[in-house]
Order: sequence, then structure tokens, then C-alpha cells
Amino acid sequence: MSADEYTELEELAELIATKRPDCVASAEVVRGELTLVCPPACLVTLIEFLKIDRNCQFSTLVDITAVDYPSREKRFDVVYHLLSMYQNHRIRIKTALREDEPMASITSVHPSAGWFEREIFDMFGIIFTGHADLRRLLTDYGFRGHPLRKDFPTTGYTELRFDEAEKRVVYEPVNLTQDYRQFDFLSPWEGAEYVLPGDEKNGGAEG
Amino acid sequence: MMDGSKGFSDTLTGEQRIRNFNINFGPQHPAAHGVLRMVLELDGEIIERADPHIGLLHRGTEKLMESRTYLQCLPYFDRLDYVGTMNQEHVWCLAIERLTGTEVPRRASLIRVLYLEMGRILNHVLNVTTQALDVGALTPVSWGFEQREQLVGFYERASGARLHAAYFRPGGVHQDLPDDLIDDIEAWCEEFPAFMDDLDGLLTENRIFKQRNVDIGIVTEQDILDWGFSGVMARGSGLAWDLRRAQPYELYDEFEFQIPVGKNGDCYDRYLLRMAEMLESMKIMQQAIQKLRAPEGQGDVLARGKLTPPKRGDMKTSMESLIHHFKLYSEGFHVPEGEVYAAVEAPKGEFGVYLVSDGSNKPYRAKIRAPGYLHLQAIDHIATGHQLADVAAIIGSLDVVFGEIDR
Repeated sequence: MSADEYTELEELAELIATKRPDCVASAEVVRGELTLVCPPACLVTLIEFLKIDRNCQFSTLVDITAVDYPSREKRFDVVYHLLSMYQNHRIRIKTALREDEPMASITSVHPSAGWFEREIFDMFGIIFTGHADLRRLLTDYGFRGHPLRKDFPTTGYTELRFDEAEKRVVYEPVNLTQDYRQFDFLSPWEGAEYVLPGDEKNGGAEG
Repeated sequence: MMDGSKGFSDTLTGEQRIRNFNINFGPQHPAAHGVLRMVLELDGEIIERADPHIGLLHRGTEKLMESRTYLQCLPYFDRLDYVGTMNQEHVWCLAIERLTGTEVPRRASLIRVLYLEMGRILNHVLNVTTQALDVGALTPVSWGFEQREQLVGFYERASGARLHAAYFRPGGVHQDLPDDLIDDIEAWCEEFPAFMDDLDGLLTENRIFKQRNVDIGIVTEQDILDWGFSGVMARGSGLAWDLRRAQPYELYDEFEFQIPVGKNGDCYDRYLLRMAEMLESMKIMQQAIQKLRAPEGQGDVLARGKLTPPKRGDMKTSMESLIHHFKLYSEGFHVPEGEVYAAVEAPKGEFGVYLVSDGSNKPYRAKIRAPGYLHLQAIDHIATGHQLADVAAIIGSLDVVFGEIDR
């Protein structure tokens, strides 16, 4: 990424911030990528503005996803990636959301948001208001829980098998013959926050 | 009992109740190109509504990646779009290289371009020929697979695996190519146009093939924007959008190639486009071979450092190298905190990964953005109003592979 493109993005960020001051909480260009942080309430108007404005023309929705940070009060980050095929630039918009907070759907602006929002509802349990068809998308029919939340175990809670006697597929709680192998490779000299095996008598006080 | 005791309900005319008919297309239908269950609402033979049910091949790749090191995540990318596998690995390597600021050596970058274009041909051969199969042409598949067989052979000779190569690594590629392999790839490139002529003769002016594809599944420029199309789906309607040109990565700005575009945006144009792209890819491969043989193209294939293993010889003599090797393959490397979105022009369209790193040896979150996901999402929009038989042609032309859609 050349210096020209870098300043171009910064100018674009300034332009958006001047035209929509209430929508942009912060803007930064890192590694040649422009990221805007926006409060959830004005996200739809911002996306619409970015689509229509002559200088932005972010008319293609590339991706919507969420990131779970269980320790934060505003637990989820919903991340939008937009692309302008005409101006040849990209933008990322992030908005933080509490667990119980619904998000406004952008399907009215970008119809392609439909499956992305369904997937986020499926994987994270974020409700999108104004979405016409908010069903689960990737998981099984009748699935419970939201797998991509950090507190959901990788093994899940149920497993299924074909039952010879009943001649149908049955669901059962997960029963592992061996513990799920979760290795800890972090170096004990660099920031491992636990008592090393064999150091228990020290109480971990001196490390 | 057909003696009329139940009344003659099927001869009623005026007030007869007509109800739309729902059928399940798939998940075992061969023209569904994988495990797609699509609930079609039909009015006679006309599609009223198409509701794809995806997720039958969902393996939770993104969840699994959160508990594995960056290097262990790499082979999962082969299993997304399992038709042209290295194109997916490439995105993961690019994302890591952007976050860590790693420069890939020139030779590795050239090898990558060579194999990326090979992946494009692998994909397009499969797509063009199976789409022909869906509309009733049996021969192209067997001819096309002969070519694919040779290409997966080149995959195997470089990486040891015919399909799930795991050959691209953050910082370069796993091993250098032997000279005779490069010679064989060049020999293949010379023979490939003859195959393309054969395929062209079989399909392009074939009456049945044209009747099944021309004016079917037309995509307009507005559709492209509304539904987020990319790749051939966008170029088929005349939008010359190719990430290799628009936002170059690797050494694509050094290569000379054309970006073919369609005019009508129908299934037939997309077929022609794929045929043209294969020949362009072949030309890029030939250029890459020339550059690999040039003196600037020699050298190491890995950016030696924290991301990559030390040389075998160093490990025999240097303690530090041995420790580095052990730590790299057990703990793995750490990626600086931050987020990045890397995207490439995969054979099917824009394939991207959004990577959030918390500074540890495992990705905090990785979102895979597959082109087929958006293309399939629009099938309700594209197929509505078409005949039932056209659905097979449209699905073939969308180029869906469920490995990447379901993830």
C-alpha cells in the first residue's frame, strides 16, 4: 500500500466524519485498511449514506460477521466489510453490542445481508430487527445454543447416531471416550498465568 | 376405485382449486453439486420461490480454528473449496503475512502464482464440464477429468497430496519445485490449448447446450451490487472487476493477462468467460515458468524467520535452529494483535478471510468469506420465473461448492 492510497483513505475517513458526525465514533487507518467505529443506533443510516454518497459508493456488501468478547460489558462486535467496485476501496465498520441488545437489519439497503445476518443469529444469537426471515442457517434443524460464542464448547452438547433398534437417527449427550485434547503450548516463561506443575508447594507466589 | 363413486373432481374446471407444488431439490440430487437441499415452490413447471437449506456440510471450521495454532489452521482451508485448494490456503497465508509484516521471497511468490492459476484451471475445468453434464452432455466430463488428473499430479509432485495440498505456508511455500516438474508443467501448457479446442468444439456451438444456457439466469449490474457477486458472476455481466488487477497481490502486477468480460450476463456468457479465463491462466502459468527460470527467480522459497522452519542442515548443527523448529511445530508462532481482511480472486470470486488476532498463537476469530455463499443466496432472485429444468443449469453456472458455503 503506497503513501498515496494511505492519505486517500484518511481523507475519505475525514469526509465521512464531517458529513455524518453523529455516526462516526472513531476512524483509523491501520495496515492500509480503514476502520470506522459506529454506535449501533445509526448503523443503518451510515451504511445507506456510504452506499449513496458519490465519493464513497460502497455499493457492495462483502461480509458481515461478529466477534465475541465475553469479558466486555458490550459483549459482541458486529463487523461489516464494504467494497466499492467503482472507487476501488474498502471499508470496515465495527459496532459494539450488549448481549441482550438487538441489532437493526440492513437487508433493506443490501439484500445480500440476509444470509450473513441469519448466520450471525445462528452462531452468536444476535437478533436482527427488521429481518424478514431470521431462521437458523448453518446448524441442524432444532439445534440449541450459539456455537461461535466463546462459552460454547467445541465438542457441542449433543451427538447423533443411527440407532439400529429404533431404525432412526437419535440425539444423545456428547460422550467422549477420551478428553478433548486442548494443548497449552504457551511458554511458561512468557506470561502463562497459572502455577506450573511441580510448583504447587510454592503456592505460585514466587512463580 | 375408478368407477366414479368418488365424484369426478379432476374434471372440474371453473372453481377448481389450484395449489402450488413444493418439491425438495436435493440433498442427494447429482445436479445440486454437493449437499444442497432446496425447497422449490412450483406453479406448474415455473419456479415461484426457491429456498436453499444449507449447512448439511457444516463442519464448524471457524470454531475449530479458534483452538488451533495458525499453522494447524492452514489445512482447513483446503477443505473449503476442495476443487482448487491452494487458492484458499493462499488467503490464510496472506492474512498472516499482512499482520506480521512478512515479505515473501520472489521465487515463492512466483510458485504461488503458478499454482494459483493451476487451481483456477482445475476449478473451471470441473465447473464447465459438470455444468455441461447437468444439461445433458456426458463426454466433456471424462475429457476434462483427464486434464484435471494431470494437474492434480503436479499438485502431488509439489506437495505430496493430490487435493489437500497444504503447500502454501505463511512466508512462502513449503518446498522448492524440482526443475523437471517445471519442465513437465510447461509441456502440459503447450498441449492444453488442443484440449480447449476439443471442448470448445463439443459445447460452444452445440445446439442443446445453447438452448439450455442462453438467456438463462440473467444477472444485471444492479443484481451484482445488491447480492454482492464477484468473480465470474460479476464479469459475466460486463463488469470488469478482477482483484488480481484492481487490488494486486503477489506479483500479479508483473504479469500480462486479459480480463475477459461477458455481455449478457446469462449462463452461456459465464461458460464462455470460464473458457477464456482458462486460456489466460495458462498464459500466466507460462510467464511464471519463464520468470522462475530467470536468474531473479532463483533463491529461497521461505522467508526465514519466526514464521518458518529453519533449514534442515542448520538443524543438524545449530542448537538455536533445533529449538526454533521444536517451538514452531509445538507452540507455533505468535501473530501481533490486530485485525486484517485479506481477499483474493479465487476461481469462484472474491474469497476472503477476516482475521482477529489477540497476540497469541491461535486466531481469536477467523471469518471465512466464501464467494459461493453470496451466489447461492441469490438463487431465489435468479431462478424465480424460470422452469424447473433451468435450476440445474443455474446452479451449475453459479459454481457452488458446499465445502466453502457450509464451512
